[in-house]
Amino acid sequence: MKPWMIVLALWLPLAAMADEAKPLAEDPVTEQRMIGLSENLRCLVCQNESLAGSRADLAQDLRQEIREQIRAGKSDKEVVDYLTQRYGDFVLYKPPVKPLTWLLWFGPFALLIGAVAGLYAYIKRRGNRPVDAPLSAEEKKRVEALLGNNGNKS
Amino acid sequence: MKRFLIPLGIFIVLVGFLAIGLKLDPREVPSPLIGKPAPDFRLSLLSDPAKPLSPADLRGQVWLFNVWASWCVSCREEHPVLLDLSKRGIVPIYGMDYKDQPGDAQAVLDRFGNPYVETVVDLDGRTGIDYGVYGVPETYVIDKNGIIRYKHTGPLTPAVLDNKILPLVKELQR
Repeated sequence: MKPWMIVLALWLPLAAMADEAKPLAEDPVTEQRMIGLSENLRCLVCQNESLAGSRADLAQDLRQEIREQIRAGKSDKEVVDYLTQRYGDFVLYKPPVKPLTWLLWFGPFALLIGAVAGLYAYIKRRGNRPVDAPLSAEEKKRVEALLGNNGNKS
Repeated sequence: MKRFLIPLGIFIVLVGFLAIGLKLDPREVPSPLIGKPAPDFRLSLLSDPAKPLSPADLRGQVWLFNVWASWCVSCREEHPVLLDLSKRGIVPIYGMDYKDQPGDAQAVLDRFGNPYVETVVDLDGRTGIDYGVYGVPETYVIDKNGIIRYKHTGPLTPAVLDNKILPLVKELQR
């Protein structure tokens, strides 16, 4: 290999550097907050995806909207309120606790308490059952005789 | 006997829940805007970009607000339904061309007919966000005081019109 080829080869990584991925936004702090917020928001178009992960047009628009609001100095709560005012609690992956969602939030605990109570009642009832009386020596002999078993064979 | 009735009872309740679940459409997101004033906008008309229209201009009448776009396939599907409704002259339909090229939208209206009194142009989709639009077409019923009374997501069908929207419109027009 000729020396000039080596020199040329050494330049190659520099060319690769020119193609490095561009940062998502000029402002990484805003971007971080936007991603943090939108991970807990549902994309309305593809409903099982978060706003952060969706490539739907609307999700892109909404992410842009969140970015702009963060830059305008809005708090996280204000941004989330902005979205719930328009799209309802449905956009929240973590639904708020209110009378309508009580069943959702407390239902599992009610079920658990019910199940524990049921289990307790069941165990208690079983505990009250008369314990089987042990066989007397004579009864045992009769049992073995009836079974045709002298104890030699098991 | 009771021993068998309990699981059977649980099973029937479960089937009940599943049956209801089957009928629910997860695409129908209840809009929090129902009963609230229609979000304000000031958008230029498709027919004349120099002229703006805002919901305040339409106070005093019941109107339908239909969000559509030339790129939207199901909008094409509901187009004849809207045309038919506009011919019946029961309620004015105002359109909003959502995230679209105005030229493309005008071409659709020229080719298939125009059911709208006017169409406003929402180029960047910002007004769409204010209205909670997440899938075109969407149709809102707005009353005389500018309050949103009903929202339908997806293409309008004659059944939806006759069973839900038109009875509501007639009641609101009184």
